[in-house]
Amino acid sequence: MHEFRLPSLGADMESARVVEWLVAPGDTVKAGDLVAVLETDKGAIDIEIFEDAVIEALVAPLDVELPVGAVLATLRGGDDGAAATPSAMPPSATPAAPVAAAAPTPAAPPPQAPPALVPRAGTTTAPGADGFVRASPLARKQAAARAVDLATLAGSGPGGAVLAADVDGARAAATATPRPRGFDAASMRRAIGAAMSRSKREIPHYYLSQAVDLGLALTWLAEYNASVDVAKRLLPAVLLARAAARALAAHPAFNGHYVDEAFVPAAEINLGWAIALRGGGLIAPALRRADQGSLDELMAALRDLVKRARGGGLRGSELTAASVTVTSLGDRGADLVWPVIHPPQVAMIGFGGIATRPWVVDEGIAARPVVNVSLAADHRVSDGHAGSLLLEAIAAALAAPRDL
Amino acid sequence: MNAPATLTYREALKLAIRAAIERDPRVFLMGEDVARYGGCYAVTKGLAAELGEERIRDTPLSESAFVGAGIGAALAGMRPIVEIMTVNFSLLALDQIVNTAATLPHMSGGQFAVPIVIRMATGAGRQLAAQHSHSLEGWYAHVPGLRVLAPATIEDARYMLAAALADPNPVLIFEHVMLYNANGELDPAVTAVDIEKAKIRRAGRDVTLVTYGGSLPKTLAAAETLAAEGIEAEVLDLRVLRPLDWDTLAASVARTHRCVVVDEGWKTGSLAAEISAGLVERVFFELDQPIARVCSAEVPIPYAAHMEQAALPQPEAIVAAARALVRPA
Repeated sequence: MHEFRLPSLGADMESARVVEWLVAPGDTVKAGDLVAVLETDKGAIDIEIFEDAVIEALVAPLDVELPVGAVLATLRGGDDGAAATPSAMPPSATPAAPVAAAAPTPAAPPPQAPPALVPRAGTTTAPGADGFVRASPLARKQAAARAVDLATLAGSGPGGAVLAADVDGARAAATATPRPRGFDAASMRRAIGAAMSRSKREIPHYYLSQAVDLGLALTWLAEYNASVDVAKRLLPAVLLARAAARALAAHPAFNGHYVDEAFVPAAEINLGWAIALRGGGLIAPALRRADQGSLDELMAALRDLVKRARGGGLRGSELTAASVTVTSLGDRGADLVWPVIHPPQVAMIGFGGIATRPWVVDEGIAARPVVNVSLAADHRVSDGHAGSLLLEAIAAALAAPRDL
Repeated sequence: MNAPATLTYREALKLAIRAAIERDPRVFLMGEDVARYGGCYAVTKGLAAELGEERIRDTPLSESAFVGAGIGAALAGMRPIVEIMTVNFSLLALDQIVNTAATLPHMSGGQFAVPIVIRMATGAGRQLAAQHSHSLEGWYAHVPGLRVLAPATIEDARYMLAAALADPNPVLIFEHVMLYNANGELDPAVTAVDIEKAKIRRAGRDVTLVTYGGSLPKTLAAAETLAAEGIEAEVLDLRVLRPLDWDTLAASVARTHRCVVVDEGWKTGSLAAEISAGLVERVFFELDQPIARVCSAEVPIPYAAHMEQAALPQPEAIVAAARALVRPA
């Protein structure tokens, strides 16, 4: 028998409350299964277990503030006999900070919610004027059985229809005690403050920026979008995310964590994507392996992440998996963002608003869509020259949109 | 009976006919060219010499007359097997089958039974053009008073006839022309089959492919292709087109939540339409996708080989329909 302890979902997290168990004693769980819902500074987060085991007993009481490391449940099988370390971190998770005073949570200047990231009509099931939600009969039956409101789900079926798999992905909203899945703005602000203070105190930042012509990328995007269904259209943010991820693959000194006085490169490129929350919060869950797969898949992952960041249902591992953070201010954002690194990460990339600017082309001046790409990086790990090469690589990736 | 280890569908039918005639003196077979010529698909080749022309009887070229004679023989206590060359020609006997065979037991208040079995070929694929290639079994499946069978396997070809002869009411057996040369083994442990139930020919969890007769091999091929893509298709062979085995149909779709109906008939007013509607009535709340149908193009079946193939349900179309349900883009 061994213990499942309250995981740290970021260095700034000191405590949390279990508000709901998703398993019962005797249940067999597999690595990656959701076991409980925690109320944290970042709102309600679903936490996973990272081993195969049988739940022996649920130890933690509901709705009681518990410190990180507190025993939540006891397990049989799995790691029995192994060191009694909390096993709640995935391999790619942020390495545990030395003290319970580490700090993750988003980064710097709370970026304006990139308006472009709001899922569009056609990908969500917002009821039509008559209140009818497109959903399969099986999805209706399952939603009714689990008290899930179909209108809150994103449909993956034809025309955005909700399918059974979409209901499976959603958790029963109304369990014993219905509970809002929001976040407490004041406590989230305190957590952001703690993380950013630590960042400015400990990390010797340096900053670079470069203006990049997005003409080719946006022309390609417009052509691509004209050739696909409305629901399959891509947003510029996906090109920016993919370009950043590809550049990071070639410049690994910016992708990883600074732990115990040393840089530990990350095996995967998991972009923490800064998402502004309505009501003044900020969260940066991970877009896993953002350098891999098709743009379609990345778009779907981004939509899903934004939806869950705002509507509830983020997983604990998504808050700990980021190896670098990206913020994109979107169409109506400021020209340029100077990021504050999210410890223990070592870099953050910012994209300012895309604006039409005068640009020198072939000795003449043309109006081009331009974005300022900025980098804040940790001088303990890299130097400005390396940072320049990273920005150059992002610019080069955006100049060859077909290869993204 | 010395059933060889492997045999063709045609040989299985012949074994069934011989066994039925040997077992019961009331059983005889009649039709056009069945005796001296051996049957237009050679099912009865050699049987007349073996069993005598009393039991394998050539008839004049009049479907209405010899089907009517068969009905009369059945009313008089015989157990006739009537062979009609193809379902296309059975239209000439439609009055006898629908207005007489199917209705007499009801209209006589149960005083008269019509224990006739009518066999006929159906379907396309042999470049016999529009007047010899249609799949009209769905029309007969519309009619109360008839039992309609579609053997798609060697086993069903071998044993459905005996069960049909044992039925006191008219039974129609549809033999798809592309199955006659199909090879297979007979399980010596099986000596009879039911004519009530559909059968799952391949189990799968992701989608139910409902089919029968000549479309079964194509549907199984499609299921193989889907399996290579990670889609586990369940293949349901209807076997009995009337009355339909709704229990098996509904249970399968309730497990997989998705359904493609493969039917060589035309889509409009088809058996596939009936199955689709019947499933919606029974398991609407188990469906996660609309029911899809793969049917023949709505044209008289063409003669030209490439056009004929293009008009028929093919494995690629079945795969595409199933994939669209399981992995909606």
